[in-house]
Amino acid sequence: MNPNNYLALAAILFTIGAFGVLVRRNAIIVFMSVEMMLNAANLAFVSAAHTTGTLDGQIAAFFVMVVAAAEVVVGLAIIVTIFRTRRSASIDEASLLKY
Amino acid sequence: MTAALIGLPLFGAAVLLLGGRRTNAWGHFLAVLMSASSFFVGVALFTQMIGRPTESRAVHQHLFDWISVGSFKVPFDLQVDQLSMVFVLLITGVGTLIHIYSIGYMEHDENRRRFFAYLNLFVAAMLLLVLADNYLLLYVGWEGVGLASYLLISFYQHKPSAAAAGKKAFVVNRVGDVGLSIAVMLMVTTFGTVTFSGVASAAGSATHSQITWIGLALLLAACGKSAQFPLQSWLLDAMEGPTPVSALIHAATMVTAGVYLITRAHAIFDLSSTARTAVVTIGAITLLMGAYIGTAKDDIKKGLAGSTMSQIGYMILAAGLGPVGYVFAIFHLLTHGLFKAGLFLGAGSVMHGMHDDVNMRHYGALRTSLKITYVTFGLGYLAILGVPPFAGFWSKDEIIRVAFEQNFWIGMCTLIGAGVTAFYMTRMMAMTFFGEARWEKGVHPHESPLVMTAPMMILAIGSVFGGLLLKFVGNIEGWLEPVTGFGVGQNGGIAGKVLMPATLGVIALGAFYGWTKYGRRPVPVVAPSDVSIFTRAARADVYGDALNEAVFMRPGQYLTRALVWFDSKAVDGTIGALSAAIGGLSARGRRIQNGYARSYALSMLGGAVLIAFVLLLVRL
Repeated sequence: MNPNNYLALAAILFTIGAFGVLVRRNAIIVFMSVEMMLNAANLAFVSAAHTTGTLDGQIAAFFVMVVAAAEVVVGLAIIVTIFRTRRSASIDEASLLKY
Repeated sequence: MTAALIGLPLFGAAVLLLGGRRTNAWGHFLAVLMSASSFFVGVALFTQMIGRPTESRAVHQHLFDWISVGSFKVPFDLQVDQLSMVFVLLITGVGTLIHIYSIGYMEHDENRRRFFAYLNLFVAAMLLLVLADNYLLLYVGWEGVGLASYLLISFYQHKPSAAAAGKKAFVVNRVGDVGLSIAVMLMVTTFGTVTFSGVASAAGSATHSQITWIGLALLLAACGKSAQFPLQSWLLDAMEGPTPVSALIHAATMVTAGVYLITRAHAIFDLSSTARTAVVTIGAITLLMGAYIGTAKDDIKKGLAGSTMSQIGYMILAAGLGPVGYVFAIFHLLTHGLFKAGLFLGAGSVMHGMHDDVNMRHYGALRTSLKITYVTFGLGYLAILGVPPFAGFWSKDEIIRVAFEQNFWIGMCTLIGAGVTAFYMTRMMAMTFFGEARWEKGVHPHESPLVMTAPMMILAIGSVFGGLLLKFVGNIEGWLEPVTGFGVGQNGGIAGKVLMPATLGVIALGAFYGWTKYGRRPVPVVAPSDVSIFTRAARADVYGDALNEAVFMRPGQYLTRALVWFDSKAVDGTIGALSAAIGGLSARGRRIQNGYARSYALSMLGGAVLIAFVLLLVRL
């Protein structure tokens, strides 16, 4: 199959993720959107590795997965803590750290 | 031995200043003791000096090397020669008498210890000035006496006028000191040495203009210290200090330092007739100006200050006449030191009896209640007039004679000065001791205690016999010959024979006029205001202060104001505007940190898109 299709799919997924991050207020949804962006990047890496016939892209995808897993642990912990104290998962309400 | 002369009073000053209040009880006795022992050391050195033959009388004492840079060396050396010796005796002798007098005069002053500390400091500095054997060390003493003078003029520091007078004296003296420092620097570049002997022997090899410039710079220095025109304005204000200070510093010793400097640097002045002419001109102007100011002053101390200016004018003039004049300049300096100190102490005694009132229009008829003061002041009066055989006659008459021998018009200046001196001194005498009593209410004049009158009596004896002793017993002309390079004055033929009666006639005329104006007629208690323009000018010190204010002070003030304006507006303004701009910009910039995570995300995305876009552009 044409690898460009994979790249197009990755671009679509990334755009949807970015859009979610920017427009949604719920922290969990924003978080999921970030995950979607990461996986879109993974898809791009893997398809690129397939096209060039090397393993570099696949290794990069594994790295992204590991980092994403770690990020999920820290990010969810923060979201849970914020929800406990404020009874809300809206990221617009947690805006005290500013000028 | 020589170092002890300076060391003793310096030690006294150090003990009194560092010891603080603990020395209050006995401080003044220590100061008197130190000054007196310095005098006795001086007498001992003097007897030793007499015992030696003329050519080996000058003694050097090497203390240590002060400055040693390559081939340029300035030793810390003291030198006692015949000229220094007479100064040492005058400074320590009159100084000790005034120390004793001050015990009584300053008795009720709570800062008496500080006063005596400063007096001792002054004596030490003045001795360093006259004992130094090079110009740089002389400069140290020169500044030292300037400091002591400043501290003592503004001694009553709670009085704004005294504080201002001290500052004025300090600033005006600085102008003169610039002259001395320039002279020293010129000596270093021209001769490579600053010792008296080195400069004297090298002077012949320098060019005429170099010598003239050094001479003029030295003259500027002498003008500052000796209150000569155009730097005379500080001396009249210096009378704000306690009266013993006026007697010691501003009449007998420090103000004569300029005469000493010119005499000491005679090797320079001998070679430059231009510099000598300048010296004579300055002396003639000041002697007339001081006498003129003295005629209109109602303040007894300011009258005497004008007189001091005038008498130092005589000395400077004599010193400017060249080798024939030096010896008479020094001679007059010595006799003046005796009688003027006596007159000032007499004025202090009158003030002491009159509740510190200095206005002579409030005096009158004091000859009965202040008998001792009257007699001692009267003897000083006869001495300053130059009535034979009192001290002033021998010295002043010689100056007038030498001046006439040099130039008729200079001679006329000195002769007129003598007449005016007789006038204002008679006026002072008549207003203070004669006429009817014009005392303020509640003033009961009383004679001062013995501790004050004794020094006055000794100085009065000096005013009577000082001239005779110095001329005939001391043979001052022969004594100073090795220093000034001029022998016993040959008696000036016909001029001398006609001149003495003429001088005495002028003096008698001045005194007679003063007596008819102030002795026979009653003196108004309030100074008359409908007076001629000449009287008004004399009352305003010939507008010396107004001139200084218009020419130096105002433009200086405008300049500093303009600089302050430029600094605050232009320099500070630029920096201030820059910082305000940065501050405002950052205040706006930090609003970006609004706390909304999604807004940060948008920034990141925007940045990433921008970078991607740029990369694409570069690729394409």
